[in-house]
Amino acid sequence: MPVEIDVDHVARLARLALTDEERERFRAQLGVILEAAERVREVAAEDVPPTAQPVPQTNVFRNDDDPWESLPQEEALAGAPEAEDGRFKVPRIIEAE
Amino acid sequence: MTELCDLPGHELARMYRAGEATAADAVESCLRRIEAVDGRVEAFLRVTADDARERARAIDERFVAAEDLPPAAGIPLALKDVLCTRGVTTTCGSRILESYVPPYDCTPWARLGEAGAVLLGKTNCDEFAMGSSNENSAFGPVHNPWDLETVPGGSSGGSAAAVAAGEAVWALGTDTGGSVRQPAALCGVVGFKPTYGLISRYGLIAFASSLDTVGTFTRGVRDAATLVSAIAGKDRLDATSLLTEPRDLADGLDGGVAGMRIGVVREWLGEGVEPGVKAAVEAAIERLGRLGATFEDAALPHADFALSAYYILAPAECSSNLARYDGVRYGHRAADAVDVIDLNSRTRGEGFGDEVKRRIMLGTYALSAGYYEAYYGQAQKVRTLVIRDFEAAYERFDLLLGPTSPTTAFRIGEKAGDPLAMYLSDIFTIPSNLAGNPSISVPCGLDEKGLPVGLQLLGRHLDEATVLRAAHALEQDLGLTARPPLVEEAA
Repeated sequence: MPVEIDVDHVARLARLALTDEERERFRAQLGVILEAAERVREVAAEDVPPTAQPVPQTNVFRNDDDPWESLPQEEALAGAPEAEDGRFKVPRIIEAE
Repeated sequence: MTELCDLPGHELARMYRAGEATAADAVESCLRRIEAVDGRVEAFLRVTADDARERARAIDERFVAAEDLPPAAGIPLALKDVLCTRGVTTTCGSRILESYVPPYDCTPWARLGEAGAVLLGKTNCDEFAMGSSNENSAFGPVHNPWDLETVPGGSSGGSAAAVAAGEAVWALGTDTGGSVRQPAALCGVVGFKPTYGLISRYGLIAFASSLDTVGTFTRGVRDAATLVSAIAGKDRLDATSLLTEPRDLADGLDGGVAGMRIGVVREWLGEGVEPGVKAAVEAAIERLGRLGATFEDAALPHADFALSAYYILAPAECSSNLARYDGVRYGHRAADAVDVIDLNSRTRGEGFGDEVKRRIMLGTYALSAGYYEAYYGQAQKVRTLVIRDFEAAYERFDLLLGPTSPTTAFRIGEKAGDPLAMYLSDIFTIPSNLAGNPSISVPCGLDEKGLPVGLQLLGRHLDEATVLRAAHALEQDLGLTARPPLVEEAA
């Protein structure tokens, strides 16, 4: 059975604006894909530890004995859709009182 | 006639030093081939002809001055468009990065540039490396040089096709679930994915960080060894890169397979595998047997669940990694947003294509409250079981063997409407990504349609040498000479 998912909720969490046509198409496709992905639940793995990374390393610290130049501000901002006074510019986030 | 662009890199390197050819000649040869065929293959998104010519001239001056240069010096190469190149637009095959010009180089290219390699341009790929056919690029599909009506595979389809067509001598791609090996198989070239962590991911635009691996496209195994050796090694800009001794993997390549114990993954030669693929792989097993390798069947009991686990883990990591495309710092921004959420959502809705949206949503769902343990947590455990299967197999075997892909190149459009059918293209390549072990796809013949078949050899962690040695032995014994019709016509 295809998995039923709340596409609107997931799209909202993912910050994806979808058209009505996309919403319907993705609902059907994701249901079928998840049905296949759900097969992982058939595997008995109660006592198996999870793997997040195939070649585990711990406490990898960067050696900063040999410092290097960081990206200049102009270059960091060069690709910005909008910038002002050396900063990225976005629409208002907090309403004025 | 064979043009310089059709020669292996190690032969060009010899000719440069013997004064028989120059890097400028080789670059011109590639540019002529691009001019002749890329209108049909469409492997490149951008060709950096002027820079390439200038760079080749500078390298030639150093050869003339009898400088001792690394093997990569003067070799014309292409980079998949997910690898950042300073000052050269890098799109990931996506509208959202259509005008993105990176302010820095990825480490693999930085190292190759330092070694004197010449960048020809950036190659097309599935959007953000998500796909198995290159049809998910926002800038149109790539055509397989062996049959222009078929796909080159993906996601590194442009890099594979460019090397197959002689448009580049070498190319780099990335392999998250098979995106180097599968297109290499479908285009009849060598595709090598080394151990996770051997090559720095710095400047590789992230899809799934625990799986993403830089890999190589070459027309021979010796070149794969040389190219990987040139870019391998610890990078302080990637904490997951491994501290390994610098070594030339081309050393010991001629050692042969006598006494090597090879496990055949029998399930990978069963149902769903095309007869032409099965026949070519079985013939290759016989050859390797004659060369002195011994064979037994190997069991990977959980490999059957690897695809399911992958389609939870990779989307989960992608949903997190691709959160950065928010219309704020770089890339596309939706016009006239009323607030920041609206800006983020519409930017992403407009900028991403279907497959990327599907995977972001899959990952978001698998990580969301109430589903995390059942999906993501469980998939991580299955990943452990897949790794244990490999560990058990490598107690008995030096290498594992199977086909790279269940099919040869399929027709453009054939699977485009069915994401799940497309995902099955990577069924034999995904386990190596989950385990992080080195794997290579090496051409082993043609099917009845005249399309290339790839054989996959899988090795132990950091045992690139054995994988390459066996691949080289097979390649030398096969001595394949067939070239894509398009190359025969252009050469």
